[in-house]
Amino acid sequence: MDLGALFGSFDSFLSFTIGGLVFGAIYALIALGYTMVYGVLQLINFAHSEVFMYGTFAVAWVFVFLHGTGSATWDLKQAAPTLLVALVAAMAMSAAIALLLERVAYRPLIKKNAPKLIILISAIGASFALSEAMGLRDRFAGWFGVDNKLANYVTPAKARDVYTNPVTIEPHGLFDIGGYTVTDVDLTIIVAALAMMIVLDQLVRRTRFGRGIRSVAQDPESAALMGVNATRVVQITFLIGGLAAGVAATLYMMKIGATKQSAGFLLGVKAFTAAVMGGIGNLRGALLGGLTLGVMENWGAAVFGNEWRDVVSFVLLVLILLVRPSGILGESLGKARA
Amino acid sequence: MLLEVEGLCVNYGHIEAIRDISFTVEEGSVVTLIGANGAGKTTTMKTLSGLRRVRAGRVVFDGNDITHLPPYERVKLGLSQSPEGRGIFPGMTVRENLDMGAYARKDKAGVAADLDRALGLFPRLQERIAQVAGTLSGGEQQMLAIGRALMARPRVVLLDEPSMGLAPKLIQQIFSIIKEINAQGTTVLLVEQNAAQALKAADEAYVLETGEIVRSGTGAQLAGDESVRAAYLGGDL
Ligand SMILES: Nc1ncnc2c1ncn2[C@@H]1O[C@H](COP(=O)(O)OP(=O)(O)OP(=O)(O)O)[C@@H](O)[C@H]1O
Ligand SMILES: [Mg+2]
Repeated sequence: MDLGALFGSFDSFLSFTIGGLVFGAIYALIALGYTMVYGVLQLINFAHSEVFMYGTFAVAWVFVFLHGTGSATWDLKQAAPTLLVALVAAMAMSAAIALLLERVAYRPLIKKNAPKLIILISAIGASFALSEAMGLRDRFAGWFGVDNKLANYVTPAKARDVYTNPVTIEPHGLFDIGGYTVTDVDLTIIVAALAMMIVLDQLVRRTRFGRGIRSVAQDPESAALMGVNATRVVQITFLIGGLAAGVAATLYMMKIGATKQSAGFLLGVKAFTAAVMGGIGNLRGALLGGLTLGVMENWGAAVFGNEWRDVVSFVLLVLILLVRPSGILGESLGKARA
Repeated sequence: MLLEVEGLCVNYGHIEAIRDISFTVEEGSVVTLIGANGAGKTTTMKTLSGLRRVRAGRVVFDGNDITHLPPYERVKLGLSQSPEGRGIFPGMTVRENLDMGAYARKDKAGVAADLDRALGLFPRLQERIAQVAGTLSGGEQQMLAIGRALMARPRVVLLDEPSMGLAPKLIQQIFSIIKEINAQGTTVLLVEQNAAQALKAADEAYVLETGEIVRSGTGAQLAGDESVRAAYLGGDL
């Protein structure tokens, strides 16, 4: 295959690949939440897209509070302190939403031994509720008397509009690969996502508490006999998924700089696709699936045109599942070994 | 009494799996429950560990009512179980499975000593320490399940059909290990299909029939009982 002919030039092939990796890294971090919860509960957390979406708003709000609503363009160095605060806020926000979900939409039903389908429906309902609650945020802000400060930002003409971060982070070239200039923003996103994935992977594989998670995934009844508190394990699983989604939200805002009430939907579907592609329930599968999906859809967009991006990713999902129904890496969190 | 069960009833939906079961386990003894398939032995064991909801009755452990305590709290109190079907974690290594047995413990030195003890009882596990447990043979998995239950340093260990699916020679070995565990100071509550062996090993024995206790006595008494012999021991002992 002549990559140069397909992508215009070899350099633009590289550029689409690296661009794809950047998005893939974000998909992977969101996919992690789907995969962790699936590994432990064998349930798809349909509301995980909202966990991510709340994180993106937390990032935007931190910029509004610390900088104001006037627009500005910063480079990464200038933005770094604010970004760090935003990162903490997004992780806290997403984790809180994830824990809330577990407590309200999952735990009562799990306690009652409800069929999986019922729990799934409860999660879908929670997803809508969270998304619409974000649409009503100006009301809530009014209750707390912060609507003035957030006025430009939170109370627009239509709640469903796109909200742009007042601060645009301008990427700067660091070095060239082929003809493609890798920017500081791209590099930060890829490195941060990989670091987060590696830390979590090691946590699950090496620590006592990771063993607790794996034991519940493999055999919940035996895990209980070992003295593992399954409710606590489920809670921690949601927490980890939330923290990763918060990191993803921060990286997403760095790159895209805008969000909306429904921002989680497509990303959630993509991340879920990534999780399934890699082998749902498998942490490393989430990483592999995310990166693969990001790169493939960028290639697809380059070759067929940008409007084909989403078509390419879902066709890819179907193809991979036809060949390997259990995903690329297959084995589940349950069977993940040290 | 280390363990007292009073009037225990457990249902699965409308089916009464066990009805008004009462028995006691004295500290330091070996107590066995025998009975036919579906008599309610496993249900009783799971209920003692907190995995089944109690409809009526009480479970008292060392003077504390634990009827409604969650399973993980019972492990901390000193009640552990090697469940029917072994319930090992197939994706973990032998070592990780044993570590899981000590999940609720904080005393590192004690855990290390108990690991040595478990590996002393089952040298085969030492040879396979890094092997993934799902690839162990059935007998090895059974050893692992028992060893893992001991890693909790329980005051009473519940063994549900430890000889299931094992070759006769291995069954002998399992029973002598049960004796050894008991000699080392752990109280044993044993459920067995292999009634002859179980009665021989037991200080006290109870016979379960369709969810009710129909006979009790010392192991030797029940082994000599005509109806027990006819029903569970196939005539001759
Ligand atoms: N999860 C369940 N749901 C519905 N019924 C159950 C369940 N578990 C057990 N039962 C029923 O409860 C009764 C007692 O089962 P239990 O497993 O306690 O028997 P057991 O004495 O251990 O038998 P075995 O010797 O075959 O292991 C049986 O009639 C069984 O069908
Ligand atoms: Mg049984």
